[in-house]
Parts: sequence; structure tokens; C-alpha cells
Amino acid sequence: MAYENDMNLKATELRLGLPGTIDESQIKEPSFLKSNNKRSSGDMDNSANEDECSPVPKAQVVGWPPVRSYRKNVLQQQKKNFDSDVLGMYVKVSMDGAPYLRKIDIKVYKNYPDLLVALENMFKFSIGVYSEREGYNGSEYAPTYEDKDGDWMLVGDVPWDMFVNSCKRLRIMKGSEVKGLGCL
Amino acid sequence: MVYSFPEEVLEYVFAFLSSDKDRNAVSLVCKSWYEIERWCRRRVFIGNCYAVSPQIMIRRFPEVRAVKIKGKPHFADFNLVPERWGAYVYPWISAMARSYPWLEEIKLKRMVVTDESLELISKSFKNFKVLSLSSCEGFTTDGLSSIAANCRNLRELDLRESEVEDLSGHWLSHFPDNFTSLVSLNMSCLGSEVSFSALERLISRCPNLKTLRLNRAVPVEKLASLLRRAPQLVEFGTGACSTEIRTDIFSNLVEAFSGCKHLESLSGFWDVVPAYLPAMYCVCSRITKLNLSYATVQSPDLVELISQCSNLKCLWVLDYIEDAGLKALSSYCKDLQELRVFPSDPYSAEPNVSLTEQGLVTVSAGCPKLQSVLYFCRQMSNAALIAIARNRPNLLRFRLCIIEPQAPDYLTLEPLDTGFGAIVEHCKELRRLSLSGLLTDRVFEYIGTHAKKLEMLSLAFAGDSDLGLHHVLSGCESLRKLEIRDCPFGDRALLANAAKLETMRSLWMSSCSVSYGACKLLGQKMPNLNVEVIDERGPPDSRPESISVEKLYVYRTVAGPRADKPDFVWTMDEDGALRFS
Repeated sequence: MAYENDMNLKATELRLGLPGTIDESQIKEPSFLKSNNKRSSGDMDNSANEDECSPVPKAQVVGWPPVRSYRKNVLQQQKKNFDSDVLGMYVKVSMDGAPYLRKIDIKVYKNYPDLLVALENMFKFSIGVYSEREGYNGSEYAPTYEDKDGDWMLVGDVPWDMFVNSCKRLRIMKGSEVKGLGCL
Repeated sequence: MVYSFPEEVLEYVFAFLSSDKDRNAVSLVCKSWYEIERWCRRRVFIGNCYAVSPQIMIRRFPEVRAVKIKGKPHFADFNLVPERWGAYVYPWISAMARSYPWLEEIKLKRMVVTDESLELISKSFKNFKVLSLSSCEGFTTDGLSSIAANCRNLRELDLRESEVEDLSGHWLSHFPDNFTSLVSLNMSCLGSEVSFSALERLISRCPNLKTLRLNRAVPVEKLASLLRRAPQLVEFGTGACSTEIRTDIFSNLVEAFSGCKHLESLSGFWDVVPAYLPAMYCVCSRITKLNLSYATVQSPDLVELISQCSNLKCLWVLDYIEDAGLKALSSYCKDLQELRVFPSDPYSAEPNVSLTEQGLVTVSAGCPKLQSVLYFCRQMSNAALIAIARNRPNLLRFRLCIIEPQAPDYLTLEPLDTGFGAIVEHCKELRRLSLSGLLTDRVFEYIGTHAKKLEMLSLAFAGDSDLGLHHVLSGCESLRKLEIRDCPFGDRALLANAAKLETMRSLWMSSCSVSYGACKLLGQKMPNLNVEVIDERGPPDSRPESISVEKLYVYRTVAGPRADKPDFVWTMDEDGALRFS
């Protein structure tokens, strides 16, 4: 009886995060008892993006796994380089109105025109001419991207390298929203 | 009769004894042998710098030429020992500067070394030859300048894995132009760029140089020039090899390596672009030691390289090698004795590579001489451990780190007790063991029963109760070092086995359940032990006695409580009173 109540309460509980994700950060136990590593509560923000970001690291226990600091530091730096150099920088591309998303490796392109041509071919649309003042003129589409801070930015404003390093996903916006950008 | 031999003859005979154990045994035969031996002992090893004082060492052994001293406990490598805990070398250097003018060698591990100490070394010992600082800290490149400038007969300068404050690369230029005695230089832990022309000139004028381990700042395009000047090298460590591949760099490198007919050991390879690895193929057949643990290279490229190293004895590599690569290793490298596989992404929840217990099982089956293993992985099974134990009863060192604490046998979800039990039962010569995964008191029963030659044991997140610790302390006859973290071991086992602690070098326990009261009792009962309570929450007697201490470090000593304790360390005294620093 009490158990069922518990289940019901959980279902209606107000908490951060999507339904279906479990908040483990409330469980506090002495570290040597049999328990899993806790996730820090910061992980809740990532739960929506779990499938596209790399797996979130668990809350770290001091000195575990037993890897020396020098090696840890070197590996962390190398991992950043390795994943993006060798494994490619694949980002999702969504197009308003399209039934499914695509993925492209933005490291394959050397500059904005290359990227935009590829997008045009992939989604069969045309993008217009970029200008700093007016964004993309001459079409109802505008390529945008989500940066590391989670903000949606117009593709083309920052230097290419900076874009490659900060782009998390792409979205090709269409229609009235685009006009909205143009009016700014 | 033996006692009618003249002293000179005995001294001559004793000179052939290199092992400390033999020399110690000889010293116990009779008073005159003790006297003769102590005057002719030239090498002293001090496993714990606080077990004895410099004065005691000097008083007993007046004619020492080489000293090796270890400081902090091993868990300091994983940030478990707070900063400022101790292990300062200066008092040793200053005492030896007065009493050992002919000292030639100083080797230190996990000690705090200051620039002041280095300067004193450089000025006090006219015939100084060997300085080895392993996992040390506290000095800057200025200290290295003193060594370079003043040690005219220096043969070895080895800074492996030390934390050096890198002010500039200028220190290397302090070696005088007429300095030619260098045999070994390991600067791999340094960050700054040294003057390349100074390095070239140094290498050119030291014909006996056998070991050269560069730091990351030396780019791959400069390696050929260095190798051409030192074709006699036996051990070589590259710098970073990340420059985009160019045919001229590559062909220069091939030519330079092919001139090195004596190379046996390779290391470095930070950020290595895989296309450079073939430049080393010409030396592979002679290579016995390969450290690729900083090479973020995929398995196929690793296999290409390793498959040519038929004489490989020791391999350190990242888990990018994967099970497939380890399978290749086991078929190409039949002389393999030591394998270390490090994790490329230790903090990710999910495996990023296809490396499992299978890789280790395959190597244990295919490499008959395998005796030393360090393996990080994400899953393990009792079946695999049993297979490894049966395949390799000749194992001496077995350190397994399953990344998730308390991970069970992934096939049966049982604890890994029987697996590790098989390891200690079959590997009768096992000297070192590190456990991980889900473990109950059962595994300690097996260890206490079978691991009779075990000297060092490392535990984390293991066991159920004091019985576990009791099995180890009462059963492991050869145990010298025991380090434990986050295990539910408490007072009873510790106090019941207090006498055992005097037969060991040290015991470390952190985040366990040892009460302050028990620590006091232990300190009272055992005057030959330093019982150090390390607690950053403030004085332990400001809390109830039953509260567990954060960290406990117990070691045998003839030097009494140390005088250089920081404010978060308390030594439990014979009087039961606290000693403050």
C-alpha cells in the first residue's frame, strides 16, 4: 500500500527534468556502502540532450579511478583533440518541416560556402546571400546553429574556426521566423 | 675457523654482496661482522623517510656512496594525501652534505624537493653522478640550473613523472661546454621548450649518452637531427609528434632511426599522428620496451607497429588497443613480460572503446612469460579471472582496475571473490595485487589463505566487515605495504593485529571505519609505530572518540614521531596524549 502511494507520488512529483528520467542525486549514502556513483544535479540539465552529447561523466570520487594527475590532464586534452580530429565533428541538422534530421561532419568543410552548398544539396533548398547587415537575403530559409552556451546564432557571423569549435547542432529555419530575424 | 679471517678478507667478500637483505643478514652474525659490514656498505635504501633519521643512517653507515629514499605513501599519486603532509628531503641532503662528501647517487621517490636542496646537492658532492627524482615535487627549473651548472661529473638526470614548476627551458643551457659525461637524461615531465641548439650541442659532445627522453615541446621535425648525433642511444623518448605529416620530415626520421642500431626502448609519442609510426619500423625488431601510453592512436595502427616487435618484453598502451589489438599482441610478442593498459576516458560512464576482459585473457593465454599486469577495463567476470590464473601461474604483479567501483561479475552479477581467489591460489609467487569490483570478506579469506608471498595489497570499495581485514593481516606472511580506501574495516581487526604492523613498512587507511579511540589505543600499545591521524576537519579530540578518522597512516619507525607534521596530522603517542607539531 505504502509502496503504491510512493509510486503515485513519484508520478506527480514536481521536479526538474523530463518525465521518465530519475533523479539520483537525492540519495546520500556513505561512499563505501554498496551504491552506484551519484550523478551530480548538474546532469539534470543535460537529460534532454542525452542522446546527442557524449555520455555525461559521473560525479567523480576523489582519486578514482586511480589515474595519476599528469596522465589525467594529458588524456583530457588529447580526448578533446582526438574526438574532434579523428572521430569527426558530427552535428545534427534539422530543417523546419522536414520529417527527420540529418547528421553532417562539419570538420569536412573548409569554409562557410562549402558548408552551405552541402546543406542546400542535402535538403534541396536554396539559401540566399549572406550579409552582415541583413543575414541571408533572397530566400525564406536561414541557417542557424546552437552554440556552446545554448544560444541560437546565425551561421556566418563568426570566423569559420570559431564556428566549428562552438557549433553543437544546426537548424535551418524557415518562413515567418526568418523574416523576424531579418527585421532586427 | 671463520673468525680468524683478517678483516680485509671479510671486507673483500662482503663487497660481492649487493642485496640489502644479504648485507643485513651478515650484520647479524656477530659484532665484528656488523662493524666490518657497516664500514663497507656503499648503497642504502630507505623505504620510508620517516622510518629512520638521517643521523641514524649516517652513524651506522659512514661511507655511503648511493642513497635511495622514498617519501609519501603510494596513494599520494591519486591525490589522497593532502598537500604539505611531509616527505621533505632537505634535512637528508643537509645531513649528508656534512657527512658524505663522496656521495655519488641520490634517488628519491614521492618526496618534496626544493631548489635549495638541489643547489645544496650541486655544491656539496664533488663526485656527484646520479640524480633521479621520481614523482617528486617542490622544485623549479632554477634548481635544475644549479645541477646542470655545478655537477661536473653528472651521468644521470632523471625527472620521471615529477611535478616541476617550469619557469623556462633555460636550465639546459647551464651545462658547461666542457661537460661530456652525460649518460642518461629524462626530461619528459617538463613543459617548456629548451634551447634546441643547446640540446643538440649537449648531445653531440656526450658520446656515452644512452638514454634520452625528450619533453613534449620538442617537435617531431627536430628529432632526426638529434638521433643523428646520438646513434648509440639505447632508450629514446620522442616529444610531441603532432606536426602534420610531410614527406621530408618522414624520410629524415626513417633515415635517422635506421642509424640507431642499439635502440631497445621507445617512449613519448604525445599526440602522435599515426602516419609517423612506420618511421620506427626499422628498429622494431630490437625493441624490448615500448611506452605508447600517451599515443591516441587506433588499434589497427598500434597493431601494425607492435606486430613488428617480436622481442617486446614490456608494453604500456592506452585502451585504444582494444581486444583485437591485444589478440595480435599475444600472437606476435611471445616474450612479453609486462603489460599496462591505461584508460583513455576514465570518467565516461560508457565504454568508448572495445576493450573488455577478453583482451587480458587472450594475452594471458598467448604470452607464457607474462608476469606483470596493470589493466583498466569496464567489465570483468570470475570466469575470466579464473582463466587468467590458470593460464599464468607465474604472475608476480596483478593490478586490475574495473572502472566502476563495486562492479560485479557482469555475466553472473556475483561478487568477484572466486575470480581473485583463483589468482592468489594459482599464482603462488604473487608479490603485488590490486583488487577492484564487487568483493566480499570471502576474497580476503582466500588472500589470507593463499597469498603467502604477497608484499603489497591495494584495496578500494571492498569487503563487508573487520573480518576481511583480519584475514589479510593474520594470513599474509610477507605483507609489507597495505593501502585501503573506502572499505568498512574498523577497530577490531586493527587492534587484534597490532603486532603485525611492526613487521610491515606501512598501512594506509582512508574513508574506513577506524575510530579515533582505536588510533589512540594503537599508538599506546605500539611504541615502535607512528600512528598518524590525518584529518582536515580539525583536532580529533574535538569530536567523540567513536567517530572515524578521515585517514590513518601507520608505519614502523626507529626515529620516533616526526617533528615536521602539518596542522592536520596528529601522531598518537605512548602516553595516549596528542602530540602537536
